[in-house]
Amino acid sequence: MAAPPRAESLALLERLVAALEAKGIVTEAEIADRQANTDKASPETGARMVAKAWTDPAYRALLLSDGKAAAEMMGVSMAGAPPLGVLEDTATRHHLVVCTLCSCYPRALLGYPPNWYKSFAYRSRAVREPRAVLAEWGTMLPDSVEIRVVDSTADFRWMVLPMRPAGTEGWDEARLASIVTRDALVGVALPKA
Amino acid sequence: MNASPRFAAGATVRVKDDWPERRGPCHIRTPHYIRGRTGKVVRPLGAFPNPEDLAFARPAPERHLYHVLFEQPPIWNEGRPGDTVMVEVFEHWLEEA
Repeated sequence: MAAPPRAESLALLERLVAALEAKGIVTEAEIADRQANTDKASPETGARMVAKAWTDPAYRALLLSDGKAAAEMMGVSMAGAPPLGVLEDTATRHHLVVCTLCSCYPRALLGYPPNWYKSFAYRSRAVREPRAVLAEWGTMLPDSVEIRVVDSTADFRWMVLPMRPAGTEGWDEARLASIVTRDALVGVALPKA
Repeated sequence: MNASPRFAAGATVRVKDDWPERRGPCHIRTPHYIRGRTGKVVRPLGAFPNPEDLAFARPAPERHLYHVLFEQPPIWNEGRPGDTVMVEVFEHWLEEA
């Protein structure tokens, strides 16, 4: 965990906010709004979107064509957030998301990225030896499945739509959502029945 | 900004073998490992303000952004044939190949 902020850091932050307000760039209320939205964001919302896509073909089509609109339908405010792209896993293709340049992650939807996602080790290895990285997570893919690493380098944010696992026939959306973890939404893990 | 993207889905493109980092302060969203590499346009993603200007608070004209797909083994000299890496690349970093 990060150390608590130092007094001089807080003082600097206060002066920065005051300067931004004085220039009319941002208001305290806008900052509070953004903080509230970020605190509300959670992998559980992404999991509900995946579960709905597994059971509702029309929603699946919307999710794949306009991720922001699909998130808004779940009650998430995506105003001001970057576009959300959704990567569809198939029987022959698995997606793995990384940001090699920094730590781009669909925060508006999923909240803060886990620390490992921001680590130098994950960022450098995921793009170079994805199969070794996945194996360390216990995610073994057959040789018939292509791995497509998605390096999140610019203006989009990316989320994975994993395959619905066998053995979940007849499950309702809530039960399906319960097996979609944060890690599955970036492709390091697979949902398990 | 130019109205339509220069490259269509399926086009073969090469990422410029250019290293602005050697010429002075800059902010580049094109990773080192694809510089000079050839890939295929998956699709245009829309136009966005050029981050190379945004980072320095300069006026930032919009540039077309593409999803470009690269085979992994030629980049790293290792890996499974058929595994790929897909990267968002701005148009001014791409040339016909």
